[in-house]
Amino acid sequence: MEKRVVFSHKTLPYLLLAPQLAITIVFFFLPAGQAMWQSFRLEDPFGLSSQFVGLANFAELFANPDYVNSFKVTAYFSILVAVLGLTISLLLAVMADRVIRGAAVYKTLLIWPYAVATAVAGVLWLFLFSPSVGILAVYLVEAGIAWNPRLDGADAMALVVLASVWKQISYNFLFFLAGLQAIPRSLIEAAAIDGAGPGRRFWTIVFPLLSPTTFFLLVVNVIYAFFDTFAIIDIMTQGGPGTSTSILVYKVYNAGFKGLDIGSSAAQSVILMIIVILLTVAQFRYIDRKVNY
Amino acid sequence: MRATIFALSLAGAMASMGSAQAATDINFWHSMQGALGDRVNALVDEFNKSQSDYVIHAVYKGTYGESMNAGIAAFRGGNAPDILQVFEVGTATMMYAKGAIQPIQEMSEKAGDPINPDDFLGAVASYYSSPDGKLVSMPFNSSTPVFYYNKDAFKKAGLDTEKPPKTWEEVAEAGKKLRAAGLECGYTTSWPAWIQLETFGAWHNTPYATKDNGFGGLDARLDINKPLYVRHMTFLANMSKEGTFTYGGRGDAPNALFTSGKCGMFTGSSGNRANIIKTGKFEFGTSTLPYYSDVKGAPQNTIIGGASLWVFAKKSPEVYKGVTKFFKFISSPEKAAEWHQGTGYVPVTKAGFELTQKSGFYEKNPGSDVAVKQLDATTTKNSRGIRLGYLPQIRDIEDGEMERIFAGTTTPQAGLETMVKRGNELLERFEKSAK
Repeated sequence: MEKRVVFSHKTLPYLLLAPQLAITIVFFFLPAGQAMWQSFRLEDPFGLSSQFVGLANFAELFANPDYVNSFKVTAYFSILVAVLGLTISLLLAVMADRVIRGAAVYKTLLIWPYAVATAVAGVLWLFLFSPSVGILAVYLVEAGIAWNPRLDGADAMALVVLASVWKQISYNFLFFLAGLQAIPRSLIEAAAIDGAGPGRRFWTIVFPLLSPTTFFLLVVNVIYAFFDTFAIIDIMTQGGPGTSTSILVYKVYNAGFKGLDIGSSAAQSVILMIIVILLTVAQFRYIDRKVNY
Repeated sequence: MRATIFALSLAGAMASMGSAQAATDINFWHSMQGALGDRVNALVDEFNKSQSDYVIHAVYKGTYGESMNAGIAAFRGGNAPDILQVFEVGTATMMYAKGAIQPIQEMSEKAGDPINPDDFLGAVASYYSSPDGKLVSMPFNSSTPVFYYNKDAFKKAGLDTEKPPKTWEEVAEAGKKLRAAGLECGYTTSWPAWIQLETFGAWHNTPYATKDNGFGGLDARLDINKPLYVRHMTFLANMSKEGTFTYGGRGDAPNALFTSGKCGMFTGSSGNRANIIKTGKFEFGTSTLPYYSDVKGAPQNTIIGGASLWVFAKKSPEVYKGVTKFFKFISSPEKAAEWHQGTGYVPVTKAGFELTQKSGFYEKNPGSDVAVKQLDATTTKNSRGIRLGYLPQIRDIEDGEMERIFAGTTTPQAGLETMVKRGNELLERFEKSAK
């Protein structure tokens, strides 16, 4: 027996799909195609002279140690942002889930930072931790910690990770909280009756049941760290000190908008696109199988 | 507020359009915001009211980087504005876009009302001139690095408030005394690449790049791995180690270290003056940039920052006539002097400087003439300016390496070598792309 809904009309499905397809083509396939086209060319900013250079743009990038180093910086940064962001928000979500009185207040406060623009989050943390002017920086120095993100690469990395994680916690928190509330009470109660403590209940029941949410958030957070943290880097460190916070997407901007070097910028975006495609495929193929839906 | 003024000026523009039907419209994209934007609008309004043949439409297009991107995108789309304000580091990019821009001296000569480069301050005109000495873009808002010092802090440290340090050695000495007197920071600098490398080279009459700092052709390469630059980087790295120099970040970020009173000495743009007066709760003095007294030819002249006005190619002769008239208007002695006194940028013309002198402005505002004096010189091939492609990116590389040098994670020589290597890779790329 046929269970699917069958449209008798031939063009209707295409018509219904058209708006979504149009958006995907205009905002994704066309720009991506143009980037690929330009990544094989060397052009002056005004487009007055343009020449085909084959893979030269890519070859130049990989011959540049700064660019190769940027991969390490990006990997380090993304792992820190994703792991810290997920851990802290899961902890907060579990705690908020237990609260009975004033739960709405806690939840609202935790969701608040999501309404803050990324650039504003950058400025905010920059003010707090700016050496000799920022309130928290002054306390750090008084506590005997040599805090100087302007010259110390590790400090600068800590600062951009802090701001990026803070900005993303709300989003993760929302999903985790919803995930937690979807777990049937009866399962947890049954485990409790069997004598499982809160820790054991969490690791053997809650965490596995949350895995679809965690998996989804992992993908979203890695993509966030790759692309959306651009404003934070731009405002707080401009990739410095040295090249210690110069992540790949910042380099795309630097070449394209600061240098007006369209060819190199396009080549870098193509590389980024390939990385994200690979990451997503890998995540869905290998990790997805182990996820308990 | 700004919107209201914009609306008013728009209304004004429309009213004048109505009165003169044959008026030619001229679009002017700029990056002057806040009080500076109001000044530009006032200037444009005044010009529009002064005659009825042309109407300038001034539009704020975001930061320098944004407006340049917007201008170029518009050109590629066939809708370029008539006038575009471009920051000084974009000069080479604009200049080598031969078919896209209209050199302004040539334009004014064709319009029968020539603009004379000799009317401008030497170091201002040279920055925007072609190798044969013709103005390519219109000097508009120019600033230059100067040395600021906190007189209250100097008094506390037992230093003469009327005798600021003239040489780098004196800066280091004063730094020690300031720190000994309990100040948190001795000396800091904004715009590290612009002040400590580009201007440093010109001020010491030493090449920054080959081919006359790039004025001689596209095959110019960085020349900063030389002993004088190594010496200066070593000097600053030592001051940083001793604690007399505090690195405060890139661009304008370090300004707060001086205005908050944490640092006793500061090298920054002459355009910071108004802001220091407004936010600093102390007496301050302005002086010329420090130099090394044993270097022959130092001090020469400093180089400029800020922006100039570029005119796009393939516009009608009528538009070019109007633009010439507008440029003549803004560079008239009265307007140039007014702009200088009101904004803190230098008067780009000599006559504007003289008029300001006569008005007694410098007696009332001591120190505001330092920048002009640093620029009012016959420039040499090392001090004309910097004409290199991808300069914003080169500055990023330089800032990054200086951070490593000051942190002590690389040596001055190695850091400068890296700047030259990375910078030259970009210059080679620029050379290929401009062909």
